[in-house]
Amino acid sequence: MGSNMAEAHPIAFASVVKAKEQGAKVMHVDPHYSRTSALANLYVPTRAGGDIVFLGAIIRHILENNGYFHDYVVNYTNAATLVREDFKDTEELDGLFSGYEADAETYTDQSTWDYERDKDGRPLSDPTLQNPRCVFQIMRRHFARYTPEMVEEVCGVPREQWLQVAQTLIENSGRERTSAICYAVGWTQQSKGVQIIRSAAIIQLLLGNIGRTGGGIMALRGHASIQGSTDIPTLYDLLSGYLPQPSALLTAVPHAEQSPGATTWSQTRDAKTNILSQQTLQDYINSSGQKLGWWSNTPAYMRSFLHAWYGDAANEEDGNCSYRLIPKITGDHSHLVTSYQMLDGKVKGYLLIGQNPAAGSSNSRMQRKALEQLDWMVVRDLYEVESAAFWYKQPGYGPDSSPVDSSKIKTEIFLMPAAATTEKEGTFTNTQRMLQWRDKAVDPPGDARSDLWFVYHLGKRLQELYAGSKQWRDQGLLSLTWDYASEKPEEGSRIVDEPDALLVLKEINGYYVHPPDAKEGEKKTYTLRDAPHVPGYAVLKDDGSTACGSWIYSGVYPAPGKNLAASRNPEGRTFLGWGYSWPANRRILYNRASADPEGKPWSERKKYVWWDETEKKWTGYDVPDFMLNRPPSFRPKPGAVGMDAHSGTDPFIMKPDGKGWLFAPKGLKDGPLPTHYEPAESPMHNALYRQQSNPAAKYFRKRPDNVLAAVGDEQYPIVITTYRLTEHHVSGQMTRWLPWLNSLQPSLFAEISPELAGERHIRHGEWLIINTPRGEIEARAMVTRRMRPLRVGGRVVHQIGLPFHWGFQGKSKGSITNDLAHMVLEPNVSIEEAKAFTCNIRPGRLP
Amino acid sequence: MAIEQGSLQSMIGALVGNKTPPLPQQTAMGFFTDTSLCIGCKACEVACKQWNQLPADEMHWTGSSYDNTGALSPTTWRHVQFIEHIGRRENGSNGQPSPIDARIAHARGEGLIPFTPPGTALPFFNTDRWLMHSDVCKHCVHAPCQEACPTGAIIHTEFNTVYVQQDICNGCGYCVVACPFGVIARDDGGDFTAHKCTLCYDRMKDGIEPACAKACPTDSIQFGEVAKLKEHARERLGFLQARGVKEARLYGVDDAILEGGLNSSFLLLDEPEVYNLPANPARPSNNVAPASLWTILAAMILGLFGIIFFRED
Amino acid sequence: MQERRILPMLPQPAQSLVSQALEFGSKVQPFSSESREKAPRIRDAKVVHSVCPYCAVGCSQNVYVKDGEVIDIEGDPNSPINHGTLCPKGSATFQYTINSSRLKQILYRAPYSDHWEVKSLDWAMEQIAQRIKKTRDETFVERLPDGREVNHTLGIACLGGATLDNEENYLMKKLLGGGLGIVSIENQARI
Repeated sequence: MGSNMAEAHPIAFASVVKAKEQGAKVMHVDPHYSRTSALANLYVPTRAGGDIVFLGAIIRHILENNGYFHDYVVNYTNAATLVREDFKDTEELDGLFSGYEADAETYTDQSTWDYERDKDGRPLSDPTLQNPRCVFQIMRRHFARYTPEMVEEVCGVPREQWLQVAQTLIENSGRERTSAICYAVGWTQQSKGVQIIRSAAIIQLLLGNIGRTGGGIMALRGHASIQGSTDIPTLYDLLSGYLPQPSALLTAVPHAEQSPGATTWSQTRDAKTNILSQQTLQDYINSSGQKLGWWSNTPAYMRSFLHAWYGDAANEEDGNCSYRLIPKITGDHSHLVTSYQMLDGKVKGYLLIGQNPAAGSSNSRMQRKALEQLDWMVVRDLYEVESAAFWYKQPGYGPDSSPVDSSKIKTEIFLMPAAATTEKEGTFTNTQRMLQWRDKAVDPPGDARSDLWFVYHLGKRLQELYAGSKQWRDQGLLSLTWDYASEKPEEGSRIVDEPDALLVLKEINGYYVHPPDAKEGEKKTYTLRDAPHVPGYAVLKDDGSTACGSWIYSGVYPAPGKNLAASRNPEGRTFLGWGYSWPANRRILYNRASADPEGKPWSERKKYVWWDETEKKWTGYDVPDFMLNRPPSFRPKPGAVGMDAHSGTDPFIMKPDGKGWLFAPKGLKDGPLPTHYEPAESPMHNALYRQQSNPAAKYFRKRPDNVLAAVGDEQYPIVITTYRLTEHHVSGQMTRWLPWLNSLQPSLFAEISPELAGERHIRHGEWLIINTPRGEIEARAMVTRRMRPLRVGGRVVHQIGLPFHWGFQGKSKGSITNDLAHMVLEPNVSIEEAKAFTCNIRPGRLP
Repeated sequence: MAIEQGSLQSMIGALVGNKTPPLPQQTAMGFFTDTSLCIGCKACEVACKQWNQLPADEMHWTGSSYDNTGALSPTTWRHVQFIEHIGRRENGSNGQPSPIDARIAHARGEGLIPFTPPGTALPFFNTDRWLMHSDVCKHCVHAPCQEACPTGAIIHTEFNTVYVQQDICNGCGYCVVACPFGVIARDDGGDFTAHKCTLCYDRMKDGIEPACAKACPTDSIQFGEVAKLKEHARERLGFLQARGVKEARLYGVDDAILEGGLNSSFLLLDEPEVYNLPANPARPSNNVAPASLWTILAAMILGLFGIIFFRED
Repeated sequence: MQERRILPMLPQPAQSLVSQALEFGSKVQPFSSESREKAPRIRDAKVVHSVCPYCAVGCSQNVYVKDGEVIDIEGDPNSPINHGTLCPKGSATFQYTINSSRLKQILYRAPYSDHWEVKSLDWAMEQIAQRIKKTRDETFVERLPDGREVNHTLGIACLGGATLDNEENYLMKKLLGGGLGIVSIENQARI
């Protein structure tokens, strides 16, 4: 669901085809019959945006028919845990949870979502699952209205089809069998995306499909290193290895409580935005670190990270000095929010590095307008993409557009040729968290350079420009360790000043600042170049003696000459010698759950990681994701902290309670349980609650450039969804210059059902215009029975589908599908809703 | 290697080119294209273009499902077809429930449809079918193109694959009309000689799998010894039929087609005609003999041209 | 199949002409010398290990290099991920890297200008550093009005990174965030 795997990830789908040959059942639930559907055993057409009803009904079916894996659920999830008495569910508040503040449009008080705890702060539980306040019973009540009838009503899926999916999942889960759920941006690009994924997580926990071979929820990510760019993030709210970016939103005197948190050392949150105040390193550790579970290591990871960035300067004030240099966030600085800031003239300079918002980002017409407000921008790419050419080539179309007038656009642009993947070395992290090293084949052409070269030399120049500054604000830049020059130029290369990517990988992996076995007094201090590598994150310390750029990657390069990302041994059952999967080269996370509470495999067939009683340690086909010597019988002492707080039967080591969270007592901005809300633009009212759409989403309703169609708006009655084709890549940035691919898919088309085509007098192969309140585009009409009208909310709802690979640059040109999309953002991750919105169509072409 | 011994000799040299004895025969190699595994990704088309450095086709949106390639051509040696067989539970007009939906609703009301349906009894393919098929040269055991070729340009290689020797072909076009599959074609936009899939003859020389078969993500395109491929094809057919895919059938695996079968055979999920394949491809051999005389003449004339214009030494 | 005699041994030209001419259609199929000598162009090429630049599946690629030129890019048969296969985009990586539409020079567009100008790499790097410094200095905020320390600038933003190497992303975040105080550093993962 939420994925067109055969088209967007063909090689991964090859494994699905192989599994199907061996008896696995492949089911595809999607608004659009794609090449994925063609190969599936069962294809279920559904309405875009109804996912939580479809999945919620499966959850209800599992709960009401004893379909869950009892021993797994009772021992490994928080099903038995009690929730606070003052928690109120959507059942009681008609679509809202307790703690919602209407004026702030967010849950300002999430304290009621927490567990019921004893005086030591330990959660109470009822292993019989009977207590009405235990998670299991709360879920039964919460999902009671997610009935098969509701699936028909909201998704347009006949209950027999839905039931086939539900039954197949249940029958293929348990001790002997496992099921996997794959998703992609069909889920994430919705105003409730995180909660859809949560629904799948709940199903998988109930069925015992997490941490086990053949199970899991597979996030099919779309770019060569998009996983890497989240792990070592170029994201505003993360530092590295999922350490959050420090925040400074809270004023000194908050009106939220400042007391020891249930699972953190202490916390003070801004009541309105729920953002933590972190003026000092201690504040940060107290509130972002965890008292219990693996995140109790935050001090070591953060201190080592500070050292990797700022070197010796990180030791002043026990790390606090350099901590202060890290910029603090004061709100949502995400890409789309930033583009509003740009539109308002608040952003002056923009660096676009291999990214193409003028065609690839939501509401892209608005994106292009935003680019026009800049003073300057740098675009680095292989080709002259739309984002570099908007000032002279942008077509003027639609009722209120005129052709672009360069003389009115001030933006100064530096368009720099970049190196291709074959022209530089470094690592990508794939969607399975696997780092793979690439060697360099040839030099990039002309003035093209790697982005590593660009950033490194930009840093050198900036450090020179600021040299000698005594201003506090410049000390971050000046104390940054920035020595990545190659010791000698690459043989045969004409580029003599390419920095050493392997040295950067060493910093990411981590190194000893002082000799690990040094005696008191003889404290040699190493630099990045001469330091011994750390073997992994287990040795990182919070005393300034280690440096590490990203703790989760620590271990990838544990010794000189031993770059495990470049290892290419294809042997073994789980291919542990091929590449390096963080953390610690584990291929399946939480794999302790592949064994029963006593540490024995759930079944011989699904044997993966188990407790070896003679060796007194965990072992198996993968690197065990558990404390290697902790026996299943281990029970924590009262008041224990860190990893000592987890018993030998708690597989979910990152969580403070070691359990898989069916119910999320904290961490989500839109509720502890998934709840169906209609998309921001929808043809129907929410059939389940009075609350129409996600109450915590960011709507930007006052922005004139982000007008939304009203619910059930007769002007925009058609549901539209977007997707990729096998033959192109995202906005076409990397494919529309390739004749071989262009001839395979040379034109933007819209897929519409014969029924809708008939109603609108649109003929196959001719042109149609698609319009939304944001814009109009044209496309060829692909009239196909692969699209079908659905009966939803008592009437027929039509859906159309469009790929989004085109733009006004490249060798194959066409309208920009993203011109149609709006910018309503999911509350947890600020991702737009491009997979379910509404439009209208008519035959013809744009003027 | 041509021997210069007077004009007639030269003419022969020009006519037959720089011919040398065939290389010793090896095990026959071929393709087996199993459409039941095809995901329509067209990696085969691109891998073929890439390896053989063939120019891209014109950009032309055909509207024929996802097939914008249209046909095999002198510069396109793999072609993925898309055939939509999508049924409808006929929706009544203006949004009335379809007759089947109404019947289901009625049966449900009467308690005739049990709450739990057959469960996991899912078909091997869902009932709506989007057939995908990567078409290619059939590498016929008795290849009409080869039989029609007057210059000896088309040969069966040591791997028993059908191969156009570009240094011999004179572009007469007899092969084009002879091929019952419409595979081989003359590159009238390029060098005016006949082109088609070489089964990556150059790669086979080093024991490397052809580019399309290597790239194919799902092993829909399999390359190997013809005998083994055919054995596998029969097993595969049995497997699919056992799983209820009764419409599966083989094409070119037995000797029925062109009295010898195809070294590049197929597993189809419908009648061959659905895939634009002739059920009983005609051997234009009746036309070959008379054509041959003309061909000889044509070849001789061309050969003379060769002597006049391209004489070496 | 029986081998027949072959051309260079022809005793009587005229006779052989006829016999050869009549031979087509039979199984006697002499090879041209080109056919005999046929060889894959990757024979003796250097193999460089790479990874496909498109989606996140992480297919391994073998890049074949001869005389300093990429001559072929194919899937790596050893990879447990792709077993030598590639999708059409992956199969087209060759054309992605070897393509006449690729940019090779720095192009500069001055404010309100209607054309690109070719500039040197050194000039561009210096100008960009200057622009960043100017904008940063104008927009930097050390403390909010109420005294809270933020040390950031909201005047510069950066977008990109999902097709970049981890090493590149690491240095980008380090320099732009840790060094310059830019907060809005974002990438495709947000989309």
